[in-house]
Amino acid sequence: MARAVTTQRKAINTALAWAIGLLIFFPILWTILTSFKTEATAIADPPVFFFFDWTLENYGVVMERSNYGKFLWNSIAIAGGSTLLGVIIAVPAAWSMAFVPGRRTKDILLWMLSTKMLPAVGVLYPIYLLFIKLGILDSKIGLIIVLMLINLPIIVWMLYTYFREIPGEILEAARMDGAGLKEEIIHVLTPMALPGIASTVLLNLILAWNEAFWTLNLTAAEAAPLTAFIASYSSPEGLFFAKLSAASTMAIAPILILGWFSQKQLVRGLTFGAVK
Amino acid sequence: MYLKNALRAATALTLVTTAVHAETLTIATVNNGDMIRMQGLTDDFTEKTGHDVEWVTLEENVLRQRVTTDITTKGGAFDVMTIGMYETPIWGANGWLVPLDDLSEEYDVDDILPAMAGGLSHDGTLYAAPFYGESSMIMYRTDLMEEAGLEMPEGSPTWSFIREAAAAMTDRDADINGICLRGKAGWGEGGALITAMSNSFGARWFDENWQPQFDTDAWNETLTFFTEMMNESGPAGYATNGFNENLSLFQQGKCGMWIDATVAASFVTNPDDSTVADSVGFALAPHKEGIDKNGNWLWAWALGIPAGTQKEEAAKAFVEWATSKDYIELVAENEGWANVPPGARTSLYENENYKDVPFAQMTLDSILSADPNNPTVDPVPYVGVQFAAIPEFAGIATDVSQEFSAVYAGQQSVEEALEKAQALTTDAMEAAGY
Repeated sequence: MARAVTTQRKAINTALAWAIGLLIFFPILWTILTSFKTEATAIADPPVFFFFDWTLENYGVVMERSNYGKFLWNSIAIAGGSTLLGVIIAVPAAWSMAFVPGRRTKDILLWMLSTKMLPAVGVLYPIYLLFIKLGILDSKIGLIIVLMLINLPIIVWMLYTYFREIPGEILEAARMDGAGLKEEIIHVLTPMALPGIASTVLLNLILAWNEAFWTLNLTAAEAAPLTAFIASYSSPEGLFFAKLSAASTMAIAPILILGWFSQKQLVRGLTFGAVK
Repeated sequence: MYLKNALRAATALTLVTTAVHAETLTIATVNNGDMIRMQGLTDDFTEKTGHDVEWVTLEENVLRQRVTTDITTKGGAFDVMTIGMYETPIWGANGWLVPLDDLSEEYDVDDILPAMAGGLSHDGTLYAAPFYGESSMIMYRTDLMEEAGLEMPEGSPTWSFIREAAAAMTDRDADINGICLRGKAGWGEGGALITAMSNSFGARWFDENWQPQFDTDAWNETLTFFTEMMNESGPAGYATNGFNENLSLFQQGKCGMWIDATVAASFVTNPDDSTVADSVGFALAPHKEGIDKNGNWLWAWALGIPAGTQKEEAAKAFVEWATSKDYIELVAENEGWANVPPGARTSLYENENYKDVPFAQMTLDSILSADPNNPTVDPVPYVGVQFAAIPEFAGIATDVSQEFSAVYAGQQSVEEALEKAQALTTDAMEAAGY
C-alpha cells in the first residue's frame, strides 16, 4: 500500500515537473517555431502551432543581412573573457573570506552584493565618459572589464558558499605537508571545489551572454555581441517577427547547447552542500 | 602622347587620393523597411565615393537612448545618425549636430518638402536631411464601407462620420472591429495619436506661457470621444495596441479603419502580407466639425551628423547620397516605385512613375496639411505637431500617455487621468524652469 502511494506521488511529481518545465520552456519553443514561419503565418490569429509550411527563408535573410560570425565571436570573447577574469579575481577573494575571515568579512560580502542593487542606467554616463577617456568605447576589453565587475559579487558569493563547505582541516593538513598558499589554492582547494567553480563559471557565462544593457550601450560596430544582433531585428514600424525569431534563435542557440550538455554539472554545483 | 600620359597620371592621382581619403563610416539606424533597403544598396555609395559603411541597426527606443548618450558626451561612436523630427531642432540648438548649410548644388536642397525642412531646422539652418517623411491618414476597407452603405467623403471627414462608420462596420461575430487606433503608452505610440487628434479638437499641450492645458474642455472632449468610440468599435485590449499590433489586425482583415502612419500604406497593400490588399482605400485624417485642423501628425526619419565625428566630409557625402534624387531612382530601379522612401522631396510627387502608386497623392496631401509651426487652433510656443520640441517633452508625454492608457484599460476615469496629467506636467515644467 505504502509503495503504491509512493509510486503515485512520484508520478504526480514527475508530471508536475514536466508541466513546469514545459511552461518555462514554452517562450523559447514558440520563438524557435516562429523562426520557421513566414511573416504572415507568424502573426496569424488564431496562432498556428506545428502545421504550417516550414521555411528556412528567415535564416537566409538574417545570414545575408548580418555578419553573424562577428557577433558570435564578440559574444564568446566578452562572456568568456569576463567570466575567466572574474574567476581569477574571485577565487583568492573567496578563499580569504571563507578560511581567514576578518571582523568585517560579512559586512564586505553584503556590501559587495548591495552594488548589484544600483540601477545600471544610474552609472551609464560616468562609465561612458570613462570609456571615452580611456579609448575603450566599442571594444571587447572594455566590455570584459565592465561585465566582470558587474558579475564579480555573484562569483565571489557563490565561490565563498562552496569554499565554506570544504573542511578547513584539509587545507591545514596541506599546509603542514609544506604546501604554500599558491599550491594550497591550486592543488588542494580548486580540485575539491571544482563542481562549484564549474557551476559558477557556467552561470556567469549565461549572465554575461544575456547581458543587454551595457553590451548595447557601450558598443557600436566593432564589439557588438549577439544582444545587439537581436536588437537590430526589432522594429516598431513593421512586422518582422519571424526574422526577429530567427535572429533570437541563432543568438541563444550556442548558450542553449552549452547549457544542455553541462546541465548535470550545473545542477550538481548549484545543489553542492544543499543536502547533507 | 603627352595628353595620354597626363590623363593617366591624373587618373592614378585620383585613385591614390580616393584611397588615401577613403573612410569607414559608422552609421546608426533603425530597423524600418526603408532603412533596410538602404543598407542593401550601400555598394553604390562605396563605388561612387570609395568610403565604406558599417551599420549599427537598433530598435527605435534603444537607438534613441544610444545616440543620445553618444552625442551628449561627444563620444564619436557614430559618424551619421538616424534621428527624428523631435530630436533634430533640440540637438541643433545645442550645437550637437553639424549644420547642413553647404550641401552641393546638385543635391538641390530646395527640393526638400518645406514641412520637412522646417521641422528639421533650427533658426533656419537645416541640421538633418530627411530620408523619408510620414504623416498619418485613414486607411479603410472599401468593401466594408460599401457594405455599411457609407461613402468616405472627399477630403478630411469629420470625427462624427468616423465614429458612425466605425459602428456600422463593426461585426463582433465576424471579429471585425470598426476602427483600430493606438492606445499603447509611450509618447511616440498612443501619445502621438491622441496629441494629433487633440489638435483637431482645438486642444493644445501648453498655452503661450507654457502653462499645461489638460484642464480644458477641449482635452476632456478629445479623450472622452476617443475612449467612447474605441469602446464601441475598437478591438479588445486596444490600450496596449501600437503600430505593429494594429498593422497585424488590419492585414488580417480585422479592422474596418485604421488611422496611422502613411508608411503603413505599402504594408497593407502588399498582397504577400495583407489579406485585404486589394480593398484598401485612403483618406485624409479627420477633423472636428467647425475646426479647421486635421488630426494627422508629421514625422521624418532623417540623417544627421554628430558634431563629434572625425569624418565630417565623408559623412556629408553619405547624407547627400542617401537623401538625393539619384538614390530615389536607384531604389525605384531595384525595388519598384512603391518602395522608394516617401515624403521627403517635392520632385518625387511630380514624377509620372510615382503618380501611379495608389497612396502617393494621399501621403503628400497628408504631409502638406500638417504644419509643425502652427499645429493647433490656438497659438502655442512650441514647434511640432504630435510633440512639442523641448527636451522635457518625451518624459512628460510618456507619463501622460500612461495615464491615458489607464483610461482605455478602464482603470480610471477621463477626469482623473486629465487631473493627473495636469499635475504631473505642471510639476515637471516648473522643475525645468518654465
